[in-house]
Amino acid sequence: MSAKNSEKTALNLDQLRARLEQGKGPQYWRSLEEVAETPEFQAFLEDEFADRTPDWLDPANRRSFLKVMGASLALAGLAACTKQPKEVIVPYVRQPEEFVPGRPLFYATAMTMNGVGTGLLVESHLGRPTKVEGNPDHPGSLGATDYFQQASVLQLYDPDRSQVVLNRGRISSWISFQSALARELAEADLDKGAGFRILTETVVSPTLGSQIQDFLQLLPAAKWHQWEPAGRHSAFSGAQAAFGRPVNTIYNLENADVIVSLDGGFLACGPGNLRLAHDFAARRHILTNTQVPYKPKEDRQEGYQPGPAAPYRNQAATHVLEDNSPPQQVSQVYALGISPDQVTQPRMYSVEAAPSPTGGMADHRFVLKPSEIEAFAFALAAELGVSGVTATSKHPAIPAIAQDLKAHTGRCVVIPGDFQPPSVHALAHLVNAALGAAGKTVTYTDPIEVRAEDQLASIKELIGEMNAGQVKTLLILGGNPLYTVPADLDFKSALDKVPFRAHLALYNDETSEYCQWHVNEAHYLETWSDTRAFDGTVSFVQPLIAPLYDGRTANEIFTTLAGEADKSPHDIVREHWQTASKSADFETYWQTALHDGIVPNTSLAPITVAAKPSALTHAPAPQGLEIQFRPDPTIWDGAFSNLGWLQECPKPETKMTWDNAIWISPATAEQHGIATGDDLQIKYQGRAITGAAFLLPGHANDTVTVHFGYGRTRGGKVCDEIGINAYLLQTSDAPGQGSGVEIAKTGGTHYFSTTQHTQTMESREPVRTATLEEFKKEPGFATEKEDDKPLPKYLTLYPDYKYEGYKWGMTIDLNACVGCSSCVIACQAENNIAVVGKAEVGKGRHMHWIRVDRYFKGTMDDPELYFQPVPCMQCENAPCELVCPVAATIHSGEGINQMVYNRCVGTRYCSNNCPYKVRRFNFLLYSDWSTESYYPLRNPDVTVRSRGVMEKCTYCIQRINAAKIESEKENRRIRDGEIVPACAQACPTRAITFGDINDPKSKVAQLKAQIRNYSLLEELNTRPRTTYLARLRNPNPEIEKG
Amino acid sequence: MSQIFYRGTNTIAKVSIVTIVFLVGALITAAYTLDRGSYNSDVAVVKEQPVPFSHKHHVTDDGIDCRYCHTSVETSHYAGLPATEICMSCHSQIWSNANILEPVRASWRSGESIAWTRVHDLPEFVYFNHSIHVNKGIGCASCHGRVDQMPLMFKVNTLYMNWCLDCHREPEKYVRPREQVFNMAYVPPANQIEFGRKLVAEYHIQKLTDCYTCHR
Repeated sequence: MSAKNSEKTALNLDQLRARLEQGKGPQYWRSLEEVAETPEFQAFLEDEFADRTPDWLDPANRRSFLKVMGASLALAGLAACTKQPKEVIVPYVRQPEEFVPGRPLFYATAMTMNGVGTGLLVESHLGRPTKVEGNPDHPGSLGATDYFQQASVLQLYDPDRSQVVLNRGRISSWISFQSALARELAEADLDKGAGFRILTETVVSPTLGSQIQDFLQLLPAAKWHQWEPAGRHSAFSGAQAAFGRPVNTIYNLENADVIVSLDGGFLACGPGNLRLAHDFAARRHILTNTQVPYKPKEDRQEGYQPGPAAPYRNQAATHVLEDNSPPQQVSQVYALGISPDQVTQPRMYSVEAAPSPTGGMADHRFVLKPSEIEAFAFALAAELGVSGVTATSKHPAIPAIAQDLKAHTGRCVVIPGDFQPPSVHALAHLVNAALGAAGKTVTYTDPIEVRAEDQLASIKELIGEMNAGQVKTLLILGGNPLYTVPADLDFKSALDKVPFRAHLALYNDETSEYCQWHVNEAHYLETWSDTRAFDGTVSFVQPLIAPLYDGRTANEIFTTLAGEADKSPHDIVREHWQTASKSADFETYWQTALHDGIVPNTSLAPITVAAKPSALTHAPAPQGLEIQFRPDPTIWDGAFSNLGWLQECPKPETKMTWDNAIWISPATAEQHGIATGDDLQIKYQGRAITGAAFLLPGHANDTVTVHFGYGRTRGGKVCDEIGINAYLLQTSDAPGQGSGVEIAKTGGTHYFSTTQHTQTMESREPVRTATLEEFKKEPGFATEKEDDKPLPKYLTLYPDYKYEGYKWGMTIDLNACVGCSSCVIACQAENNIAVVGKAEVGKGRHMHWIRVDRYFKGTMDDPELYFQPVPCMQCENAPCELVCPVAATIHSGEGINQMVYNRCVGTRYCSNNCPYKVRRFNFLLYSDWSTESYYPLRNPDVTVRSRGVMEKCTYCIQRINAAKIESEKENRRIRDGEIVPACAQACPTRAITFGDINDPKSKVAQLKAQIRNYSLLEELNTRPRTTYLARLRNPNPEIEKG
Repeated sequence: MSQIFYRGTNTIAKVSIVTIVFLVGALITAAYTLDRGSYNSDVAVVKEQPVPFSHKHHVTDDGIDCRYCHTSVETSHYAGLPATEICMSCHSQIWSNANILEPVRASWRSGESIAWTRVHDLPEFVYFNHSIHVNKGIGCASCHGRVDQMPLMFKVNTLYMNWCLDCHREPEKYVRPREQVFNMAYVPPANQIEFGRKLVAEYHIQKLTDCYTCHR
């Protein structure tokens, strides 16, 4: 069947609800279609690649098909007969000191996003950055990254980046711009800059900050405005209301026993999210001393006889065996764990309107409409006795939550979401103060921004002045305000009234089009700068490569304004710190900070702020349907729109790719007769947009959620004309949410490419969970069900094999994984994984080697959410290997299921026989072999695959081999933790552990001996090397959900 | 009913059978010869270089160690080709006016690299590592031949996979003491197999025949 001509059967939601309530459907389900067993879902279940429409019937693909056919004919005939082409070697003229050709170097730098910097280590191969890793020394990273940081290296090489300075659309030059700017400055000087305005994104860079301040002293009448579309406007106003001053709020989750998230979403986005996720998960890595008998030498069938002489298998390294420690020591390791009776873990309550990773990790997730979240906060504050707060309504769970919080005074925290109204932020501050959290689980510091301000007020003031004709010169430094400013402010017509407008940006975008001058900006990997982490720690941003297109920075524009036109970004930053550091030995200070990636002792000192009871007013009662606006989970505010990796990364909540949608709950959809894919017109405050609906279980009723970042018109080839532009509905009075929405079906339908149906393992309980109570009663719950019992190991036809040397294995702790999908993009960056596009994803042909499955459990109105990353299981008895007719997938002596691209002839039998559905096939030439700017991006240690071959997770074999070679050169065994696969390295929660199972002291062997450890589809006796640790939940017994 | 085949057909049939057998044999021989021969493998083929660099002169006559120019052979997968600077460390003093060295001086003046033609060219899907081989007692000459006797560089081995596997399956046949790795004139002892086994044990050499050892 063709997925595109969706002859979708309308879902009968009543029937579904009944099925779920009677427990007839699968216990863990991925989508409503799965529960309903629609033909669409069944097709994907029966056939991994259900859509067998030949590609040449697809009109859009005809050209590329011909291209591919032409190439295949040419290659099929000639590949065997051509000689290797001539290759040249181009050595250096003067080889730089530290450079050893063939070995990567890592440089510390930092990326600023939404006004917060995160320290990074970037891998460079002979001067070209290829991969971003977190800086373990940086407080905001601790070695982890999120997918925005991972994909930033793709942005560097994006061929759609702006490459020249433009004046009125014609190619100009930086020097011409500088002289134009000098003329403007000379004119502005006459009236002290009364008509001179600068608009930036949130500025945290101390250097840029001081440059701006210097400039404002030069022209005292000039003004500086900031606008960050997904900025923390509410956090600022909330702090003003609670403390009378702006503060920076830092949560110390490692000390929190009870967490209440008011639409917090802190695990996946926001300032310091990586650190928060790390601290949140730190106490969920539960080790117990109830061990599964661990027999490293005996986990093979009884009466083991070594298999037939296998000359092509690895001969184990003898020293590896010698290093193996006797099993006695194992028990000592287990003694470190605690008895299951004593297991505790923090409890989290989450209140939210739309599902999020944070809600998924919560022990209690309350689905409330956006307007009810504020009421919930009021009621909670009132229940906790915060003075001057009255509740209008009271959620039934509030007394129990309040009691729980009170019982954990000083060890609990309330976290408001960045997009909640200021009142919720103020209430959270008051509640935290009342609970004694301040100074313990919550620390306040001065703001990290150079100038904390209400950016909504700032942009409103600017637009007001622009409309009044008071602005003569406007420099827009970064950002894309024409696209991102709320619709009611009408930035575009205001911009028309400014005589001189210049825009510094990475892309020639919507705003650039309306400015006379466009200056191409340098990417952060190309230039010098500095930034601050969530706690104020300063990091220098150092370039990994010279600007590819001679891009410029805001710093350089300010030096131009200051009359120092030729100063390099390096000198600007260095000179600032030479003064600011007050260091006697500046050279050492500078070099040390550059090397370490952090400037020591720059985190901001905690301050004590007194919460003052203020008259917080309740928002007026909502009218009709409600709406909430959020940045897109993977595209954010639109800044990452043109990155194929992020477009194709399934959004954690919906598993949707290449699109945004109008999220709506099944019940509300039913009321309005809406099905997934129906085009809706949303009318809100006199403006309307049309987009397609997506039914999302666990979404609040009578509410729609829309996301920013889509509906671009000048974003680049990748992102233009897809999705809907939610900024066109947003208003400046309530940027996060509103009510009075009207929705109407327009009659059209839209096709979404989601990955929620593809690669399913059917309803075989892939996720295993228990509450703490259940776990204490039955610690072995994860493996004790009858169905989960593996077949006796002798019931196999495979000859047994003794893994003598290394025996690689992996565990994934579902109790820690928050489903953020950072691993997916880290893997894509490390392993040169191709992007396939929306149509191909719809056919189940996306190429990610690790996917994050999302499961619902329970009713469709209020389900629990679970996330499960699934890479190749590296089965010992791998079903894929037996069916390959050309031995393209075979087992290594260390237990890795190897995929040999050159042998693969593309029968796809292996993927057909894989019960986990982790193999990916290059149906077409997905890797971009023709765009030159992508060449330097690729990891030189991994083959770029061509069409017609199968591929899959290799456990990052390039990293294993590199570590093996280094250890062999030193004649030693690989140390535990020396090999970190890309997914594990990016993971903020340390959910993924990799290592040698033959070493009983290794972390992975210890985790595999944990009672929570289980294998997926263990009953098939595939003996997966990748196993999971079951999830534990800690619900409040006082709260009966219902 | 008349006969379908006339008498002479037998001869034609016999000749055809012999011819077909011969042709098939000839085709196989031709293909094999073509594959193994220099035409395809480039063995013993001298490639044109910007400078006719003589390893024989530099190694044998001047006694320069391999590592003077191939600096990263012990630390990296890539042995490294000398930067122009390394050439100029001698040739700014000696043969500083020689015509054949003009490309080197031009590179030094202009800052543009010399583009050498690769002689030992492994396919892109092979991830060979020099450093581990050198560290485990595989001599330069084992793969590259007597470079010290080559006025112009050429390949002596096919670098085909079965050639690699000869050693990966039986390293004891080829391994030598670590201190002899860079000795071009090293002659293996008469009891190489026995001696090799000893070294294999001493150096912890593994018979790495997993695909992922070289292909990823």
